[in-house]
Amino acid sequence: MSSPVSQFKTDATAKAGDLRHRGLIQTALRKYEIVRDVRKGAFQDWEQARQSAAETKFFAINHLDTHLVEFAEKLEARGTKVHWASTASQAREIIGGIIKQKQAKSVVKSKAMTAEEIHLNPALEKLGFEVVESDLGEYIVQLREEAPYHIVFPAMHLTRAEISDLFHNKLGSPETHSPEELTMIARDALREKYITADIGITGANFAIAETGMISVTENEGNARLSAALPKTMISLLGIEKVLPKLEDLALFLPMLATAGAGQQITCYNTMYGGPRQADECDGPEEYHVVLLDNRRTELLADPEQRDALHCIRCGACLNVCPIFRNVGGHTYGTTYSGPIGSVITPHLRGLQDWKHLSNSSSLCGACTETCPVKIDLHHHLLHNRRNASAGKPSVLERLAYRIYAIAVNTPGFWGLGKRIGRLAYPFARFFSGTIYDPARAWTKTRDLPPMPGQSFKEWWKERNR
Amino acid sequence: MVEGTEPMSERERILGRIREALKGRAPLPGHHGEVVENFAGPERETFSQWLPAVGNTKKAKFEAFAKASADLKTDFRHVADEATMIRELRSVAKEEGWIKVASHHTDLTDMACGKLGLPTLWTDGGYDVNEMESCDVGISVCDALVAQTGTIVLTSRTGGGRALSVLPPHHVVLAHSKQMVRDLPAAFALLKERFGDGFPSMMTLITGPSRTGDIERILVLGAHGPKKLTVLCHD
Ligand code: SF4
Repeated sequence: MSSPVSQFKTDATAKAGDLRHRGLIQTALRKYEIVRDVRKGAFQDWEQARQSAAETKFFAINHLDTHLVEFAEKLEARGTKVHWASTASQAREIIGGIIKQKQAKSVVKSKAMTAEEIHLNPALEKLGFEVVESDLGEYIVQLREEAPYHIVFPAMHLTRAEISDLFHNKLGSPETHSPEELTMIARDALREKYITADIGITGANFAIAETGMISVTENEGNARLSAALPKTMISLLGIEKVLPKLEDLALFLPMLATAGAGQQITCYNTMYGGPRQADECDGPEEYHVVLLDNRRTELLADPEQRDALHCIRCGACLNVCPIFRNVGGHTYGTTYSGPIGSVITPHLRGLQDWKHLSNSSSLCGACTETCPVKIDLHHHLLHNRRNASAGKPSVLERLAYRIYAIAVNTPGFWGLGKRIGRLAYPFARFFSGTIYDPARAWTKTRDLPPMPGQSFKEWWKERNR
Repeated sequence: MVEGTEPMSERERILGRIREALKGRAPLPGHHGEVVENFAGPERETFSQWLPAVGNTKKAKFEAFAKASADLKTDFRHVADEATMIRELRSVAKEEGWIKVASHHTDLTDMACGKLGLPTLWTDGGYDVNEMESCDVGISVCDALVAQTGTIVLTSRTGGGRALSVLPPHHVVLAHSKQMVRDLPAAFALLKERFGDGFPSMMTLITGPSRTGDIERILVLGAHGPKKLTVLCHD
């Protein structure tokens, strides 16, 4: 396997030049931008809403211990089994254990990025269980045997023709280019699965401490079905999902929908607080909630970047990021892509292996500006760069800066350099970007700017004459 | 791993790491990197002021709900009285050619389903899932309607269970105009007031028929849940 950085470079170069990919992403995101702006405009004060949301998450995360205890105790009081997992492998074992104990055959799953993070599906399949993704986008990428392209829009990199081919090959459905018909093919294929599945797995968008409930946001109704029909329900969530109070959802649900998809509110927002109760007519007999750390506490221990745990996974920062829009979601090689992925992956999977993601940024700040919970994303990219070079300094880079410092501090040296530059420029043009050029990595895709005939200093002197 | 004392100790380990991590203080967002002492949490009373505006008169609320419904493709009908509501329900039944309906027992649904005169699957006390799957419509009442977003609020205890409102291809909600609340903060306040001493295992906010944009971001209705949502509300 190639290293993360070389894989990133190769894939980024390929994707950036792929005009079909670019066209698809630009069209999809332009549509998103238009509706998002309309929805944002409907808020009486979007900026104040962001501040309130940021403060709410700040309070939730900075009292995470008490909130988690409250959340778990309230859930347990209604008959839920709460599991705590420090690592991905513990979480996989817990979930695998429940399924084995239930002697389940089939599992229906609704979209959960946390499950992607711990590679749950391959682990369960290895144990011999059939796991069906029920969210349409997730179902499509599952059939293609690839990772979701985007944390909110998993199949946004595919055209309807490709999806039609896929369904035709895998499900034997007739070819069609109508999105309605394609959706109905998936609907019919999955109906059967809901009714026969023994286990339903969901993620969670929020965990309400005060009432001991998870909240699941979705448009399709697949999570609601996964939580209604199977006899056992399991929800897997990261410990950072907490919100202190039930009414916090009144702010977060419309903000998540607006920032994430340009909707006023998502179609279904459902709170689950336990298995079927005595006075209820349906729902699972057993409910399990798995709380996952998986190095989130390491991020928590860094007060400077702690606010990255405020993330509500809306995907807005991906949508506005010029890097994401050029290199695409898969290129990152991570569960969480885009700016938030570049910020947190080094914490979750090792700084030196993943620091390149923090370097591949124009630092334009579009992510920070769009984030509904005001995470200081582009500064965190800088923090990662600083921490990475402090942890493993590059001798060559240091030397280069030392020489540069001497050069700019010595007028004679600087003047000499200027003159050499002017003389060499006509020749440099022939070498720039070729294999003889030591700066090729930079110059092969960029033009060498011409040396001006007059420097600022010379101009200043002349002006004062 | 699942049984025994191991999960307990994992809980303590995680909580221990969290407490250790929180010893370092983080700056409050929007305060230029400043650590603010004794921050007591957000001012939740203000949330309503930032969210999209809705008037507080009955007329304004119904207009807002109707506008949101039109955007969402919810079929919303506000009628004068119960008798008119039943007439509307019967005309929808005829248009759609319902053969079998699913519902749950309340005074209103009992009366409405009685007037429809179609075979009815009642969810109360349990039901057969395959039978519900074969129903043309799920008819339920709700806990509230939210003017701001065109949202229906219902729970597993009061709305006929978890599946009734999502498994059949059409969901019909019967409501009273007194159930209309202004905005989302009001809806959550109502849920807390009504269920504060014993929440149902599921509470849901339904906003429009089921939808997806997963294929080229083109909107398609009826992804997995109902393709149609009808709200009949009487004064
Ligand atoms: S960092 Fe902010 S914008 Fe990005 S996904 Fe998280 S909440 Fe959304």
